[in-house]
Amino acid sequence: MTGAPSPAFHLVIEDGIAVLTLDLPGSPVNTLGRATAAEFAGHLEALAADPAVRAIVLRSGKEDTFVAGADIEEFTLLRTAAEAEAMSREGQAMIDRVAACPKPVVVAIHGPCLGAGLELSLACTWRLATDHPKTVLGLPEVQIGLLPGAGGCQRLPRLIGVRAALDLILAGKSERAAKAFRIGLVDELVHPAQLRDLAVRAADRLARSGPVRRGGRGGVAGWFLDRTRLGRWIVYRQAERQVRRRTGGHYPAPLAAITAIRTGMERGMRDGLRVEAREFGRLAVSEVSRELVRIFFATTSLKKDDGVPPGTGTPRTVTRLGVVGAGFMGAGIAGTAVTTAGVEVRLKDADLSRVGKGMHAALEQVNKRMARRRITRHEHMRLTALVSGAADFGGFANMDLVIEAVFEDLEVKRGVVADLEAVLGTGALIATNTSTIPIGRIAEGARHPERILGMHFFSPVDRMPLLEVIPGPDTGPDAIVTAVRFGRRMGKTVIVVADHPGFWVNRILSPYLNEAGHLLAEGVRIEQMDRVMTAWGFPVGPMTLLDEVGFDVGLKAGAVMHDAFGARLAPSPILERLVADGRLGRKNGRGLYRYSRGKKAGVDDSAYRVLGVSPRASADPRRVEERLLYLMLNEAALACAEGVVRSPRDGDVGAIFGIGFPPFRGGPLRLIDTLGAARIVEALDRLAEAHGPRFTPCDSLRDMARTNTRFYPE
Amino acid sequence: MPSAAPLSDRTPVVVAGLRTPFAKAGTLFRDANGYDLARTVTRELIYRTEIPPGEVDEVIFGQVVPSPLVPNVAREVSLLPQLPRTIPAYSLNRACASAAQAVANASDQIRFGHADVILAGGVELLSDVPILHTRRMSRTLVALSRARSLGERLRLIASIRPRDLVPVSPAIAEPSTGETMGQSAEKMAKENAISREAQDRIALMSHQRAAAATASGRLGEEIAPWFAGPALDEVVTSDNGIRSDTSLEALAALRPVFDRRYGSVTAGNSSPLTDGAAVTLVMSLGKARALGYRPLAAIRSYAVAAVDPGWQLLMGPVYAVAQALDRAGLVWSDLGLVEIHEAFASQVLSNTEAWASRAWAERLGRSQPVGEVDWDRTNVLGGSIAIGHPFGATGARLVTTLSNELVRRNQQFGLISICAQGGMGFAMVLEQVGGG
Repeated sequence: MTGAPSPAFHLVIEDGIAVLTLDLPGSPVNTLGRATAAEFAGHLEALAADPAVRAIVLRSGKEDTFVAGADIEEFTLLRTAAEAEAMSREGQAMIDRVAACPKPVVVAIHGPCLGAGLELSLACTWRLATDHPKTVLGLPEVQIGLLPGAGGCQRLPRLIGVRAALDLILAGKSERAAKAFRIGLVDELVHPAQLRDLAVRAADRLARSGPVRRGGRGGVAGWFLDRTRLGRWIVYRQAERQVRRRTGGHYPAPLAAITAIRTGMERGMRDGLRVEAREFGRLAVSEVSRELVRIFFATTSLKKDDGVPPGTGTPRTVTRLGVVGAGFMGAGIAGTAVTTAGVEVRLKDADLSRVGKGMHAALEQVNKRMARRRITRHEHMRLTALVSGAADFGGFANMDLVIEAVFEDLEVKRGVVADLEAVLGTGALIATNTSTIPIGRIAEGARHPERILGMHFFSPVDRMPLLEVIPGPDTGPDAIVTAVRFGRRMGKTVIVVADHPGFWVNRILSPYLNEAGHLLAEGVRIEQMDRVMTAWGFPVGPMTLLDEVGFDVGLKAGAVMHDAFGARLAPSPILERLVADGRLGRKNGRGLYRYSRGKKAGVDDSAYRVLGVSPRASADPRRVEERLLYLMLNEAALACAEGVVRSPRDGDVGAIFGIGFPPFRGGPLRLIDTLGAARIVEALDRLAEAHGPRFTPCDSLRDMARTNTRFYPE
Repeated sequence: MPSAAPLSDRTPVVVAGLRTPFAKAGTLFRDANGYDLARTVTRELIYRTEIPPGEVDEVIFGQVVPSPLVPNVAREVSLLPQLPRTIPAYSLNRACASAAQAVANASDQIRFGHADVILAGGVELLSDVPILHTRRMSRTLVALSRARSLGERLRLIASIRPRDLVPVSPAIAEPSTGETMGQSAEKMAKENAISREAQDRIALMSHQRAAAATASGRLGEEIAPWFAGPALDEVVTSDNGIRSDTSLEALAALRPVFDRRYGSVTAGNSSPLTDGAAVTLVMSLGKARALGYRPLAAIRSYAVAAVDPGWQLLMGPVYAVAQALDRAGLVWSDLGLVEIHEAFASQVLSNTEAWASRAWAERLGRSQPVGEVDWDRTNVLGGSIAIGHPFGATGARLVTTLSNELVRRNQQFGLISICAQGGMGFAMVLEQVGGG
């Protein structure tokens, strides 16, 4: 066959019911691109006109997905807002034809039904979904800086009410089938084996009985908030306020979605669709969305990247995980391994009561899942039974992977490696969760250094999405693949980084936190520094971050970095003084902020006295921002040139997921491209003159400036 | 010295055993579930023995008072996520000999060649006995759940009388005679002329030996730590009924419970109501060797007998022990160690006196008495009076302790004797194969 692409839809007509199956050729999932949409429109027109057809069933031919969404690749080709708006209009028109179809259209959903897939489903007469963990429904568009632009902002609030629709659209979250049923997003929940049959039966039933009426939800309050103009006005205002607070004004998509929904609900569908398309057009070509889409593609490609050249390593499937060291990190790793990867975890610590405490902390993660109704009581019982612990290595002979999270001390860690080598079976991996000690040093003297590597988790493990996997000089490819895949099963975004001090994340964070210390020592107010950096887009500012990290930990890590990299990464004097005052940060309730009952309660002014500074009324926010940020960018460029990360992609994803670098700025390396290396070099030179040689731009940055090169192709 | 029966690949052997701490009902395990105890101890045994999970052929657990919500506790154990989900399992009830019966059944299955690796144990959680409604109340509740109209429902609710709301709690009484265990023990003390002091001496010995074995860490080796407290950081590694400070005087000061005026059975010379679980790993000798284990003891024989519960309820062991020894081809003097379950000191002494008596030899149709107990070789680490007696689990504790102790003291043969509700008695003979 040449020329005509192979069809995405497959049609059979049984007893007057047309069953239209979407099975995009050559792709593991279905997406709705332009070609697919056109083909669908053709079918729909023919079926609407065919007198032998009474009703239509739409289903997926993929095993475990319905429709994953629109084809995002197509978005990246859009050049102008007008083009993007036209594309949205096209999508709306296609879906309008489904809504206007004179015959009932029943959609049978199994697996993810997201974005355009859900927008299409919303236009159908009747929605069946399988009661299956793989079935999730949602409109994730805002996560890539867009809004549902194919009528989703119009049809969703009409179906499930304004409040529920805002919930779904503004967070871009997906709901499992049971919840979707509860909020009225689907009409019937069925067993996967019966989905097709029951969809055909529903189509037949609807063809006989005519249109469906759906009632409102939520009693009097629900009626007021969803169905009265005043009620909705309150809801919109509330939502806008929340969005502003959450996004700090950096993300325009949620506000645009509110506008589109509001216009549609208050002035009618026609106007709503027009505004929805206009906003989609505006967003689709915005820098924010461009960056978010890039990050989306970067993380998607990372999910397929095992950290070694394809075909060079054989992964070992981890079903039993040993964790040595039942402290905060060990327990966090154990809990996340159980809740997200569902593996057996055995905690080992010298002291049984520490083991118990660690098990308790790990189990809390499972309990939290049940409290949030993410798992049933029975799943809870199974998951909790996966957690055990002991003061000896009993059972470790059968472990596939052991992660050590003991005290950060070379000799202690080497001791653990020796103990483990004595008990582990052949081929089992030893991972060390260190943040400062080189893996090569830990593996020195081991009998099998090829199976030893670093897995650097971030704290708290259940919430921090990044994992750095660090091969030592002798680590074998099997170990790398196994660790990367297991990290992914733990729900982490995994980057493979070089065995350099600080690896990637702590490396680029180090000068940033040092500089924050210098600024504080110069009298810049604690809350101002945090405000400047959160306004720039960080989730927390450097002062809060220091409190979270802990001054003792920061001090120790700072010394390691100083040793490794010399004066450039010399720590500021503040941590030493704070620790000398008995301050450790949030963990002992004595940081730069005050804490009451575990909650942050304003700046602790006595910290200034301890540091011997008198805080200034206000510093120039641009200067603060520049000093903190440009040091980080310089270090990122240098580390990248040293090969700490394998690609700028890994570096940017690592910074975003590891330290909360603002995603809409694309990551530090991407930001260098955006600002231009020349501009950064110029600024650094100026800062070096004013504040010292730590600001001296690195050679690679100078080279980039001189040759006008970039990290990413334009 | 009698020659040991030849060992074969199919000889059932005890490879390892483990239990939870035993705790008086209403204490440590007050808020626990029975299946949780059984699962926890089994999981720990799996890790300690590092048994390849796919090798386990069957799980058998004893439980005397199961929770109506988990009638087959053994299946919940075999559904531990550490094991494949395809291991069949059943629970059984041989009263106080249940876990021993689980081991016996495992040994049969292995001898038959039906299985090679079996987890056999038992559990009891008397902190969680089911409290029942009266029959009338149950009927009303069932009818209520089926009622179709509001009127019918109201009518049914109105029919409930205050006395219907009084719950029915199960007593440890013989259904056939209405006699409680304690009353039977009291009756045996009187009819067999067992003195209060003799009973108290048994109790004292039980506590002193158990306390010494706890202090030396010997009992602790058989106990999986239990993580308790809201933060799981209170680690329990010993039994809470053992009193290292008790004395004959203290025991003598206790008032009899079942006959306050002329009785002799007290809380001090009886086993307490206890929660706990215990499990053993039983294998065919061939499999144990193939997997590289060093089994502790071979199961040579076992026997179960029963007497009329209306007579002396706890005399079953007298018959069972004679039979088990005969089946093993051994006589009492061959025994290096004996473990007698101490339900009541009066029962222990009634049993031991019967074994030693000529009159009983005649009743048993033997030319010689069964044998004379040597207390230096009997219950060497204490017994149920001190350690406690979770009905369903005790048998597995005895099998484990005897197997370990045979190896440790390098004795060849050992005997277990257990009295059980319903007039039943259970006995088992083990032979050390330590290192074999």
